[in-house]
Amino acid sequence: MSAQALTARAASLASCHDCGKLSRLGRGHAHDLRCPRCGAALHLRKPNSVQRTWALVIAASICYVPANLLPVMTVTSLGKPVADTIMSGVVYFIEHGDWPLALVIFTASVFVPMMKLAILVFLLISVQRRSRWRPVERTRMYRLTEAIGRWSMVDIYVITIMVALVRLGNLATIEASAGAVFFGAVVVLTIFAAESFDPRMIWDRSEPETR
Amino acid sequence: MPPTSLVACESCDLLHQLPRVPEGHTARCRRCGDLLRRRPRNGLERTLALAFASAVLFVVANSFPFLSFDMRGLSTQTTLLTGVVDLWQAGREAIAALVFLTIELAPAVQIGLILWVLGPLRFGRRPWLLPVAFRLLRHAHTWSMLEVFLIGILVAMVKLLGMASVVPGISLWSFIVLIGVLTAAISYFDPEEVWERLEAGP
Repeated sequence: MSAQALTARAASLASCHDCGKLSRLGRGHAHDLRCPRCGAALHLRKPNSVQRTWALVIAASICYVPANLLPVMTVTSLGKPVADTIMSGVVYFIEHGDWPLALVIFTASVFVPMMKLAILVFLLISVQRRSRWRPVERTRMYRLTEAIGRWSMVDIYVITIMVALVRLGNLATIEASAGAVFFGAVVVLTIFAAESFDPRMIWDRSEPETR
Repeated sequence: MPPTSLVACESCDLLHQLPRVPEGHTARCRRCGDLLRRRPRNGLERTLALAFASAVLFVVANSFPFLSFDMRGLSTQTTLLTGVVDLWQAGREAIAALVFLTIELAPAVQIGLILWVLGPLRFGRRPWLLPVAFRLLRHAHTWSMLEVFLIGILVAMVKLLGMASVVPGISLWSFIVLIGVLTAAISYFDPEEVWERLEAGP
């Protein structure tokens, strides 16, 4: 084995997505190969990674609009219903001088999903244009999207807890509204999108095609 | 076992001829810096102990009220599952399912599967359905979001403090400890070590 940059693909080796074991790929029948150690299907790269990730990113972007425009919950106090969107929740905390909390909600609910989608679109385009620009940084950006996506769930949990606690009949009740469903969809779709993207594609383009 | 093993980086596919990683050390990809292998000290023993503790804390966290809410003499108590049930009954099944998955099912699967794999291994037996268990465990890790739920609790408490008094219950404290213990259990868990032990001998 040379000390030069040799990839598993260049050596006709596929690493198992589940257990990481390397297996030699024969020519021709690369479709129904299974990992000898754990039995998972073997692929050199995640199958149709670019198309799948694009589809999920587009679906998430579409849901992002109603998630932010529609109310996520309705507070009914003494018979008067008041609808809350995500931004009105942020504004509520700013008005009460609660800057740190406003920042937490804004970051988790507005900024993180938007940044995650922006990074994935950027990575997809850079991979499709066979960019060789800063692969180390782009790999780190990908790992970042994987790590931060879950934090968008904060608002869903806040709604769940408030719904459970504020059940005071005529005095006050809280209900989840349609925006929350779209918001949950954004979180789930972006998590799937990050999972379907194969970061090794970032590096494939800087190497000569071998097969 | 051979003195070195061939490993490909998950992030950039670069091949490495990796010598045995000593306990308490990590190996990183020399091209992109991503983690190749980590071998914690007594990893499997620690994981097993922490998973047992997590199981107990998980049961406690689910058995008692975690917040109670007082407003003009009216009071409500809630367990972890109350909100899920309410959302489901109010016709928001999708949100209820998502919350149930991320704070109940995924963490329970994580704890259960670690015990399922490491329990038999501790007594020198081969765990049943090991590949399936590892596959499920990887997915459970993606969807387990206890630490995010904790931030949700804090935000909800601050929001409700304006309306009434909110009192943390016993299960909230065990829930907070559970987050730390379960995170530690996962971080000490090294599936590669499980495979090595199984391949080394019966």
